Amino acid sequence: MTDKREDGEGRHGRERGENGDDMTAPLLEIRRLSVSYRVRGETLQAVRGVDLDVWPGQVTAVVGESGSGKSTTAHAVTRLLAANGRIDAGTIRFGRHDLATLSEAELRTVRGARIGLVPQDPTVSLNPVKRIGEQVAEVLRIHGLATRRSAAVEAVAVLDRAGLPDAALTARQYPHELSGGMRQRALIAVAIAAKPQLIIADEPTSALDVTVQRVILDHLQSLTEELGTAILLVTHDLGVAADRAQRLVVMSGGEVVEAGGTRAVLTDPQHAYTRRLLAAAPSLTSVRHRTPVAAAAPVSAAPVSATPSSSAASAAFAEDVPLVEARHLVKEFRLPRSGGETRTLRAVDDVGLVLRRGRTLALVGESGSGKSTTARLVLGLARPTSGQVLFDGTDVTTAKGAQLRRLRRRAQIVYQNPYASLDPRFSIGDVISEPLRAFKVGDRASRLARVRDLLDRVALSAATLERRPAELSGGQRQRVAIARALALSPDLVVCDEPVSALDVSVQAQVLELLEELQRDTGVAYLFISHDLAVVRRIAHQVAVMRAGRVVETGPPEDLFATPRHAYTRELLAAIPGGRLTGAAASRR
Amino acid sequence: MGRYVLKRLAQAVGVLWAAYTVSFLVLDFLPGDPVTAMAGAGMDSGQVDPAQVEALRHEYGFDKPVLAQYADYLGRAVRGDFGDAVSTGRPVTATLGDALPQTLQLTVTALLLAVVLGGGLAVVATYTARRWLRQLLLSLPPLGVSVPTFWVGLLLVDAFSFRLHWFPAFGNDGPRGLVLPALTLAVPTGALVAQVLAKSLLTALDQAYVETARAKGAGRWRIHLRHALRNASLPALTVVGLLVGQLVAGSVVVETVFSRDGLGRVTAAAVTSQDIPVVQGVVVFGALIFVAANLLVDLVYPLLDPRIVVASGRRASTV
Repeated sequence: MTDKREDGEGRHGRERGENGDDMTAPLLEIRRLSVSYRVRGETLQAVRGVDLDVWPGQVTAVVGESGSGKSTTAHAVTRLLAANGRIDAGTIRFGRHDLATLSEAELRTVRGARIGLVPQDPTVSLNPVKRIGEQVAEVLRIHGLATRRSAAVEAVAVLDRAGLPDAALTARQYPHELSGGMRQRALIAVAIAAKPQLIIADEPTSALDVTVQRVILDHLQSLTEELGTAILLVTHDLGVAADRAQRLVVMSGGEVVEAGGTRAVLTDPQHAYTRRLLAAAPSLTSVRHRTPVAAAAPVSAAPVSATPSSSAASAAFAEDVPLVEARHLVKEFRLPRSGGETRTLRAVDDVGLVLRRGRTLALVGESGSGKSTTARLVLGLARPTSGQVLFDGTDVTTAKGAQLRRLRRRAQIVYQNPYASLDPRFSIGDVISEPLRAFKVGDRASRLARVRDLLDRVALSAATLERRPAELSGGQRQRVAIARALALSPDLVVCDEPVSALDVSVQAQVLELLEELQRDTGVAYLFISHDLAVVRRIAHQVAVMRAGRVVETGPPEDLFATPRHAYTRELLAAIPGGRLTGAAASRR
Repeated sequence: MGRYVLKRLAQAVGVLWAAYTVSFLVLDFLPGDPVTAMAGAGMDSGQVDPAQVEALRHEYGFDKPVLAQYADYLGRAVRGDFGDAVSTGRPVTATLGDALPQTLQLTVTALLLAVVLGGGLAVVATYTARRWLRQLLLSLPPLGVSVPTFWVGLLLVDAFSFRLHWFPAFGNDGPRGLVLPALTLAVPTGALVAQVLAKSLLTALDQAYVETARAKGAGRWRIHLRHALRNASLPALTVVGLLVGQLVAGSVVVETVFSRDGLGRVTAAAVTSQDIPVVQGVVVFGALIFVAANLLVDLVYPLLDPRIVVASGRRASTV
């Protein structure tokens, strides 16, 4: 869904300076850069004629959706393209070098020493078999900036500067002993070790929790301000770009559609694509789509669903019985023994939840807060250590066999990653009809009719029926996953981060679809997300989780306006896009 | 750690017992009679004295019920006594002990050659930027695995002994005599090492941490040897552990082809003459080497990969 959408208008965008700045000369000057990939004999143009400047000491953000060529552009700067990637044309002037034509040997003296890279996924970007200190020291050793002994000492100092609390200890540890946030700090240490003039940060925080993201970005920013380092920040998150960058470059379909000072671009976007991106960005002040849903919220007022489901019929008189009620849920996991003593991890700690029919309850929290485990307990995919789960008034805590199977039929799930949750060998028709076949619902013809109806509901054409998951985009796949979840007309659908793997504009569409389906069918959602902006938009009730406990619950309007718990306030403050909403306000 | 080793040692004993028992049963069910074969040695068949056969049967315990024989033999085997070789009358342990150094020389040299040549091939094949060279080098391991060992041996003898006269074609004399047999044995084993290592090197080079290393300004050799190789060596190490068994088996063929003395020759002779005590000794001994080699590999693992912690009796990967 993110193919080319450029139109003739403003092909190279316009350059507008912030406050009429007159910097001497850009540090990095990319002109007419074109990059292509060879994939099975075919040439795919990833970047076409991109112009981009990075000024000394400034943060320049490149924003765009997946496939826009932003990451390729960033990697092309130091020619760190995949083996099948090639720079076809253009110049990359950095200092007195043209990096596009520099020899590999000369390029190595630039990489690491004058241009540092902070990679996308900190969990896989460190060598798992080497100590952190060694990996930081390596940069200094490669560029002859330290001897073996002084490099080790220097590495600890750099790790300390990168904000690791106990740098001396961290230097001796291996990557798997560190959290994601700490690994990203270690990678920042690698990037800043040789005091480069430019740091390329490729989605540096998209794999991290929102609070960690803020701390990391704050730190990166202050470090670079201190050293006068420029940053080329690649991000899909307009909020992050708005908060951090002085200059904004918007890419789409391999081209720059708009570029200029951040404020100028946000308050007065010239290109249609930029406007669309801005409109799709979920932010804390936007409650556009949610309000009508909230109005239709009381259960008794829920419209009778088009496909008769048992729940809708019984809803009228079962009003007082919540669809799901969890009481004092506790789940403990046994950790690997160390030093002879058995330790347990309390993943879910005395959690109580109530979810009514046709409503959406959102569980928010950082990774490790126990939100996914709670959902698994509700679905009966895991047994609680203690506590109770009531489904439609019946205790299903210890359900098994036929009872569990009946529960499965009424409770379905949509997973986070639509690329992994669909069987690649199934046709879309097979994927959607699988729950029907599993529960022996109807005959072939009626199942096919049901699948067509479902495809129609999730706004996919009937032609999709015969296609395979690989032929669909991420957003289309997630629609298929939603259709599959709805196939049995369940009363409950658990949505486990259903949009976090999708581009913002696709996110908005999928959320709209979920809302619409809820209005039509009266299904209840247990919605798991780390993204408060998404939650604010879709939830009727929010439960904030931390370290296995629910620290605060309430309707989103109250919770977001007057958070009572310190942790909720921290979460809210960490959401990027403060400047985005400011700009949006001044745009109106 | 201590508990882990103890548990693994207990497992090793179990494996040895199983190897002994299975070989005992198999040999018991085999047609033919070792005593007849022994008594008839050097004579025309049919002229064996039945009384003499009976005496021999009694001496070796073949007249007792199978279970009693089993208990009897197992009891002695535990004490390190595998009985006497039927064909020579010498104790089995002494027979094996005499043959061991020759075979040890051969297999250890072959293993070193296999690791160095196979590993080197994998490193060069994955390092080279020339596509044709890479393709050529990577096509060698499957070839090496698929050609029969005896044929490789004959080719080597033909080329290096008969034509070039560089190395002797057979016998046990000195390091020069070791070259061709060790090379022959190293071909299939080294090919497997190369195959597995090349594959895991290519996988490792695709990992994100390699890009981090490139971004640091690291050269290709540094990335190849310091970053990728150590990560890629883990699957190859597992293969090396398994190859030890193959080397012992391969020594049977190689020692026969090159007329070398050693365990392989002893095994071949014992099998043809149905010398049951010797065959059993070889089976248990082979199992012992195999178990020891793999225990060693498992203990080396955590040194190469810090993510593997050896704790509470099992290997747990914490990723």
